[in-house]
Amino acid sequence: MGLHALMLHKLTIHELRAQLESGEVTAHAAAEAIFGRIGDIDSKVKAYLPWKDFDGVIAQAHAIDEAGIPRSDKLLGGVPIAIKDVINVEGDYCTCGSKILSGRTGSAHDGYHSIYDATVIKKLREAGAVIHARTNMDEFAMGSSTENSSWDVTRNPWDLERIPGGSSGGSAAAVAADEAIAALGSDTGGSIRQPASLCGCVGFKPTYGRVSRYGLVAFASSLDQIGPFTKDVEDCALMLQVLSGHDPCDSTSVPEPVPDYTQSLGKGVEGLRLGMPKEYFIDGMDREVDAAVHAAIKKLESLGAEIVEISLPHTDYAVAVYYLIATAEASANLARFDGVRYGARVAGEDVIDMYGKTRGAGFGPEVKRRILLGTYALSAGYYDAYYLRAQKVRTLIRQDFEKAFEKCDAVVTPTSPEVAFKIGEKVDDPLKMYLSDIFTISVNLAGICGVSIPCGFTSSPKLPIGLQILGKSFGEETVLRVAHAYEQATEWHKEKPNL
Amino acid sequence: MSEDIGKIDVSYVAHLARMHLTEAEKEKISAQLKDILAYVAKLNELDVSNVQPTAHATPLSNIFRKDEVRPSIDQTKILANAPEEARGLFIVPKIVE
Repeated sequence: MGLHALMLHKLTIHELRAQLESGEVTAHAAAEAIFGRIGDIDSKVKAYLPWKDFDGVIAQAHAIDEAGIPRSDKLLGGVPIAIKDVINVEGDYCTCGSKILSGRTGSAHDGYHSIYDATVIKKLREAGAVIHARTNMDEFAMGSSTENSSWDVTRNPWDLERIPGGSSGGSAAAVAADEAIAALGSDTGGSIRQPASLCGCVGFKPTYGRVSRYGLVAFASSLDQIGPFTKDVEDCALMLQVLSGHDPCDSTSVPEPVPDYTQSLGKGVEGLRLGMPKEYFIDGMDREVDAAVHAAIKKLESLGAEIVEISLPHTDYAVAVYYLIATAEASANLARFDGVRYGARVAGEDVIDMYGKTRGAGFGPEVKRRILLGTYALSAGYYDAYYLRAQKVRTLIRQDFEKAFEKCDAVVTPTSPEVAFKIGEKVDDPLKMYLSDIFTISVNLAGICGVSIPCGFTSSPKLPIGLQILGKSFGEETVLRVAHAYEQATEWHKEKPNL
Repeated sequence: MSEDIGKIDVSYVAHLARMHLTEAEKEKISAQLKDILAYVAKLNELDVSNVQPTAHATPLSNIFRKDEVRPSIDQTKILANAPEEARGLFIVPKIVE
């Protein structure tokens, strides 16, 4: 391995693709470089799960090299991509951060192994990518800090005593720390955008129905979307290009044609109207976050955008709506983990006892809390008061965005009211933890798309701040256009943590 | 709804959810759920009498395919993760007395 290999992990997809296409570098070398970087620092960051199939990944990379794929024009030819442990990869384990899908000894090795590839994995393979190792997450995607993982708490690469955000904390930390060229995550209430903001990388939640959910272990079926974590907006456009598209295996995927997302790059923001919702700039927000986001919006204005004040009047109800709808849907989706067909079974006197003991032993406290809340919200006598009412307020939230998008082309907000907090700071206060998602949650309820990109740092300690850009349904192109223009006029995306 | 806040019968709901909780868990979760339910009660501030519920964020409905037989997943694979299986069946404790 020459000097090149030592630096490969620092590259973006587009930079690595140039070297792969020219033959300077092989898929094998790139995959090894990622394992090398993981070996160097992951004992500190814990972005990845402890069970890695080195031989399998390297064999995959060799096969891709032998087939001449890196030198082809395939969008991700030879590029290693890390996968959040909630997406099925045939033959690989899939724990979803939970003991219930691990084996009797609590290891993934004798736990559930996927029997099919998720559609997004098929698409990555078709684009020539190497499916690399699996990243840590909050159990069943429920959390905002990755502290709910049954395995370990991923650390924020900018300050190892702090959380990376969640639920896709592992993927965000890996990309931020150059332990991954790019990674997949999932977003139900902000689980891609919030960790991207807290770790200082780019995280995109596509429009609901843009990317297939087939093979994504479901948390809340009307809210979940898979999306990419990348080091810059160009890479994000490439990933969206590969991941997007109608899938007959997912009846909620929309038959909307996929445009060429790379055409959105370099277009500038001249003449675009950017909406600033007054409800997202509130007291109680971190002063430096407020200042950085305001400065970012001023920057966009200087680049030619028109800033328009808008209102999203039902913002304040979004967290309440989400924690009824998402938990209700989760209570149904997680009913399948019953010890019958897969996962760790705990023996019982009869079937009901088996279910009770299996689920009692297998689920962590946050998952239990949400299943109970969701079950209650759907139960006889309470359905109308809680679940149905929440679905109606969801309509009001959706309409807020529809009205806003008549006045502007994209909406700009902070991604999170705060920067990365310390490990343990919010574990005992679930409600406080839920309020971390206040700026991201409405987006999933409305089904629209959004990205978080770096827009600054707090002074001491130095922690990343994220700018969130939202687009209407299937408005990914405008979001990418605004994000790219801002990124290219600033240097935030070039800053790396000291690891 | 207001008189029901905090009266969530955790034992009953845990039974509906087929999930065993220890007494300590029940107590802790009960207190946390009480706080959460008090918070979500703010949805009562809104007049939703003329609002249709959104079950779904997309404009799709009733996605069907032709009723044609297609290959599914191989039975061996489906049974591969079974805690207990025999002769193509998932084995479970007796369901019916």
